[in-house]
Amino acid sequence: MADKIFAILEQREGSLKKVSFEVASVAINLANQLELQAEAVVVGNEINNLNDLSKYGISKLTHLKSELLANYSPSAYAEAIASFAKESGAKILIFPNTAMGVDLAPRVAVKLDAGIVMDCMKLEVKDSEVIATRPVYAGKALIDVKLNSDVKIFTIRPNVFKPQPVDSASLQTEIKQVENPDLKTKVTAFKKSEGKLDVAEADIIVSGGRGMKGPENFHLIEELAEALGAAVGASRAVVDAGWRPHREQVGQTGKTVSPSLYIACGISGAIQHLAGMSSSKYIVAINKDKDAPIFSVADYGIAGDVFEILPALTEEIKKLKS
Amino acid sequence: MKIAVCISQVPDTATRIKIGSDHKSIDPNGVTYIINPYDEFAIEEALKTKEKIGGDSLVYVISVGDDSVKETLRKALAMGADEAVLLKSSSVKDSIGIARALSEEIKSLGCELVFCGKQSVDFDSGITGQLIAEMLGYNCVSVVVDFKLDGKKITAEREIEGGREVVETELPAVITAQKGLNEPRYASLKGIMAAKKKTIAEKPAVDLTGYTEILDMHLPQSKQPGRILGTDKSAVPELVRLLREEAKVI
Ligand SMILES: Cc1cc2nc3c(=O)[nH]c(=O)nc-3n(C[C@H](O)[C@H](O)[C@H](O)COP(=O)(O)OP(=O)(O)OC[C@H]3O[C@@H](n4cnc5c(N)ncnc54)[C@H](O)[C@@H]3O)c2cc1C
Ligand SMILES: Nc1ncnc2c1ncn2[C@@H]1O[C@H](COP(=O)(O)O)[C@@H](O)[C@H]1O
Repeated sequence: MADKIFAILEQREGSLKKVSFEVASVAINLANQLELQAEAVVVGNEINNLNDLSKYGISKLTHLKSELLANYSPSAYAEAIASFAKESGAKILIFPNTAMGVDLAPRVAVKLDAGIVMDCMKLEVKDSEVIATRPVYAGKALIDVKLNSDVKIFTIRPNVFKPQPVDSASLQTEIKQVENPDLKTKVTAFKKSEGKLDVAEADIIVSGGRGMKGPENFHLIEELAEALGAAVGASRAVVDAGWRPHREQVGQTGKTVSPSLYIACGISGAIQHLAGMSSSKYIVAINKDKDAPIFSVADYGIAGDVFEILPALTEEIKKLKS
Repeated sequence: MKIAVCISQVPDTATRIKIGSDHKSIDPNGVTYIINPYDEFAIEEALKTKEKIGGDSLVYVISVGDDSVKETLRKALAMGADEAVLLKSSSVKDSIGIARALSEEIKSLGCELVFCGKQSVDFDSGITGQLIAEMLGYNCVSVVVDFKLDGKKITAEREIEGGREVVETELPAVITAQKGLNEPRYASLKGIMAAKKKTIAEKPAVDLTGYTEILDMHLPQSKQPGRILGTDKSAVPELVRLLREEAKVI
């Protein structure tokens, strides 16, 4: 039987996250090229949308289940995944590069004596080897790497690999009960932040910088974000000034994002900011200084006043959506 | 209690990256180095913890790197760390190898609490702390924005998409620091003077072999300079049209 490649899915509050389908698609794609067999694995308790997975061509899913594992628990999740990977002889494991994936994947790597490459933006097969491309220096450079270990782990950046639905597919789900999970480290609560969408997960981001002049003007950013179904982002200057929370910061010491659309409003485009967002598919800049460096990475720009442009843009988007 | 802080040295974030002649690393000419920004939060939290628990607690800062890293270690001493250890190696960049060297040292020093940064802003992997914990069999909470230690019990908050998880665990443990955890202190003049007199222990780093092989380093494709559509709100309809019809993103 062919060796296995595991797609490690992520669920929160009993639902598979969108990135899980991206992970599944990547696994299938690699499996086809390497003549391996792709399977999905998820840890959790009740999960309501497991069937959605069948659309993406995975034929087998193993649900490592326990009432005690409804919430993420690093030690227990790592142990459950690693021991299942060992017993099934998985050679490649794909994780999402999310908060959970980044926490979990290295632990599993140590348990499996696997090599690991984080935050991959491209995975290619050349001469039966997986070549991973990932950003370094916050995206100022890229490296192509390969792993020389027997078992290999890759985490993929959310939003970069588009899930590919396939026509005919049947999904077989197997439940494996996890006995006596190791709960030395456990999540006891989740404090939801008021912001609606997280920049790390959003497909569209509207970001504001010091050009917004003060926290009281960010409603202009929020309204545009709302109209677009986008997340609100921020430059470090406004985070340091306390206008916006750090979780919204985009850049080298904030979040590195790759949405389909990034709209920078009153942001100059300092190198540390560009590092975090220049891999966005489309970039729009609104800045009254036509020489601002942000325009060098923008696809479209308006060299004008945010206080005039933003309300007009929000109106126009609302018209379009209604 | 002995507390370890793992610190890495990284190019200043304002550096424009140029690819080196080997096409596998950056051109070091003209690059200035700084302490990894997240590691400053790690040092601060270690010092705060030491001050809080008192007794004969000691803070060790440890780094894997070449001689140039001594300067960064000295900055950590100036902030108030007690001892510094340099695990010498010439630019190996595999997280598993680095974590192995760090774990060996942490074990031989007998540190029960370890702080790392959540990520080093050069290779941006964000995994060294978790690797160390797993290698040592320690508990671990990553990307921490709030940390409390009560006896052996740890209550920490970690940042995840859309909020914070409250995590409970106990010593021995590794904590990786995220911005927001604290405000790193500046080194005092007295600290700087004292740091000058301290010796930095130097040892060869054990077994840094890892599994990653860098095949090529290159710059991202640079974009075509974009179009400026106008200078006032009359450009808005055209912008929306382009986003819809050309970019197809809305
Ligand atoms: C170690 C380190 C790490 C860093 N990490 C990050 C990071 O992760 N993310 C980050 O963003 N920065 C980071 N920085 C900071 C970075 O260098 C810049 O200082 C910061 O990005 C500037 O933010 P800004 O563009 O909002 O402000 P500014 O540079 O002040 O730009 C404001 C812009 O607004 C424009 N403007 C003003 N008024 C208007 C108006 N009415 N209408 C339209 N435009 C207007 C101006 O023309 C200007 O271009 C870091 C710096 C260091 C040293
Ligand atoms: N060479 C190193 N020496 C000591 N600590 C390191 C080294 N590299 C990484 N670390 C620590 O591990 C953290 C995460 O790094 P990384 O996994 O490389 O993103 C850093 O913030 C440091 O605390």
